[in-house]
Amino acid sequence: MEKTTLFDKIWDAHVVKSVPAGPDVFFIDKHFIHEVTSPVAFLNLEKRGIGVKNPSRTVATPDHNVPTVDQDKTIKDKLSRMQVERLRENCAKYGIELHDLGSAHHGIVHVIGPELGITQPGMTIVCGDSHTSTHGAFGAIAFGIGTSEVEMVLATQCIMQSKAKKMKISIDGVAGKGVTSKDLILYVIAQISAAGATGYFVEYAGSAIQSLSMEARMTVCNMSIEMGARGGLIAPDETTFEYLKGKDYAPKGEDWDKAVAYWKTLKTDEGAVFDKEYHFDAADIEPMITYGTNPGMGIKVKGNIPTTEGMEGSNKTSYLKSLAYMGFEPGEAIKGKKVDFVFVGSCTNGRIEDIRSVAEYVKGHKKADNITAWIVPGSREVEKMAHEEGLVKILEEAGFELRQPGCSACLAMNDDKIPSGKYAVSTSNRNFEGRQGPGARTMLASPLTVAAVAIAGVICDPREVFQN
Amino acid sequence: MAYDKFTVLTSTAVPLPTDNVDTDQIIPARFLKATEREGFGDNLFRDWRYDVEGNPKKDFVLNDPTYSGKILVSGRNFGSGSSREHAVWALYDYGFRCVVSSFFADIFKNNCLNIGVLPVTVSPEFSDKLMDAITANPATTITVDIPSQKITLDSTGESESFDINEYKKDNMQNGFDDIDYLLSMSEEIDAFAADK
Repeated sequence: MEKTTLFDKIWDAHVVKSVPAGPDVFFIDKHFIHEVTSPVAFLNLEKRGIGVKNPSRTVATPDHNVPTVDQDKTIKDKLSRMQVERLRENCAKYGIELHDLGSAHHGIVHVIGPELGITQPGMTIVCGDSHTSTHGAFGAIAFGIGTSEVEMVLATQCIMQSKAKKMKISIDGVAGKGVTSKDLILYVIAQISAAGATGYFVEYAGSAIQSLSMEARMTVCNMSIEMGARGGLIAPDETTFEYLKGKDYAPKGEDWDKAVAYWKTLKTDEGAVFDKEYHFDAADIEPMITYGTNPGMGIKVKGNIPTTEGMEGSNKTSYLKSLAYMGFEPGEAIKGKKVDFVFVGSCTNGRIEDIRSVAEYVKGHKKADNITAWIVPGSREVEKMAHEEGLVKILEEAGFELRQPGCSACLAMNDDKIPSGKYAVSTSNRNFEGRQGPGARTMLASPLTVAAVAIAGVICDPREVFQN
Repeated sequence: MAYDKFTVLTSTAVPLPTDNVDTDQIIPARFLKATEREGFGDNLFRDWRYDVEGNPKKDFVLNDPTYSGKILVSGRNFGSGSSREHAVWALYDYGFRCVVSSFFADIFKNNCLNIGVLPVTVSPEFSDKLMDAITANPATTITVDIPSQKITLDSTGESESFDINEYKKDNMQNGFDDIDYLLSMSEEIDAFAADK
């Protein structure tokens, strides 16, 4: 029998038809929607005079543009309010499950899907958001789509997609103290570049991946898109099953046993061939931070910004343009650089383990005076746990401002913007120009590094801050 | 929704010799708040094109009257990052029907083909050649021919062939979109979904 990869197994089981010399008609099990990329899709359905084919396969939540204060009140920003209201209208009209602002399961779509157990191994999952790759942590094929494709899924439960090439990224060994899954993925992206996996779907494997918790795996898969990959996935195992067991939408009783039996078959066959493979050693990885304007521009926190040696043409021009935007010089150390804001949150690192690690780190300390520290839980559930576990108190005592769930300063669609020229160290996923607000300068790092920076007020290595 | 048919396009071009142009640059997130697809062209490359007061930045190519046209020739890894189709809407609304680069991000490329903007991948050498030719003479035209899958620098006749699958090629030439096709497959999809 042909040896196949996990990606092949799930993909091939969802192809309705392969169009000759064209893409596959690809069936979608679960579709997440939010307020920003869905309204035009619904509008087009109306123009075509067609409805939603299977509303039970779509789940909605407003997350991208929502305010992170006063969520119980009417949204002040008119355009944001209109988008959220349109989402409510569309969900009501077509019978789509909506986890609205203020409800018990409201949150960032990629946080609530797993949290509720909607995301399960073997599924195909799409959403009009590139960080849909997060759900790959469960051994699902999950990727971001455009609004035309949102419309296709609503109308037909299918999209037209060409199968991606297959890449395997193995990380073996044991990572050192202070090295988190965010550092693993920032390291990988720095190694293969922000476009290094374009055209591929990635399977992450190796002992350093297998030893990660589900939340840590989600952080890794989340950033697959930042190296250009369509998505990334990890074979489900006991950690996955343990996480899902008892979740609201997870199968129960006999169905659970049947599901687990199937999920256990979801792995790459020994000897299956990938189009490209990378191997990394976890022991080589240290706390990472980005210094430029794409996520591939990452270095060790204790490292130096690369020089332009060996660069030429548009490569060099683009590099210098990026450093000029950041206000950095080639060759200089990043450690000790002054920081103005820290942001803990987003679909990358807005889960309870992230908040726990920050709270544990800053407990009994105060943030530096020059730092504004925002902490935005990924969901209401995370917020609730943070309160119950006493984390909010610790964080507030350290000078952090806790806000309400949403995408917030990750993409600055709401009021949570970093002012022009200011430096923010963020647990989010993108350091593009203006991503956190026009002129904002973003450096990506792990929650632990962000916690250390908040206390020190400058870029620092989390392993060194409380040494004395 | 359907778009204007695209078979052969001859046009002057706008050069943007920057690598890793992400979709946050093409259209920043704060301009994604519309509930209808209109007016996105005004905010195309917003923060590169205008300063904080809304004044045009003189050094940005879209503000340089020397260059115009329906073709954008850009650096490597164009369209990376966010899956926002709004980026392509902005390009289309502004008047671009074709983007040329030596490397495109995946989701962006799909989004382009879904709404009738043609992404043409050329070799880095040909990309440099086009960039140099346009910069040297802004009246230079480029011809993009879908039926023969060929892109030509008209002044010298140099050309390169480009990839596009037969299905998308047919769609672009007829202004069709995928939904028409998927709707026609309704029964097959239902049969498939029955045991899912």
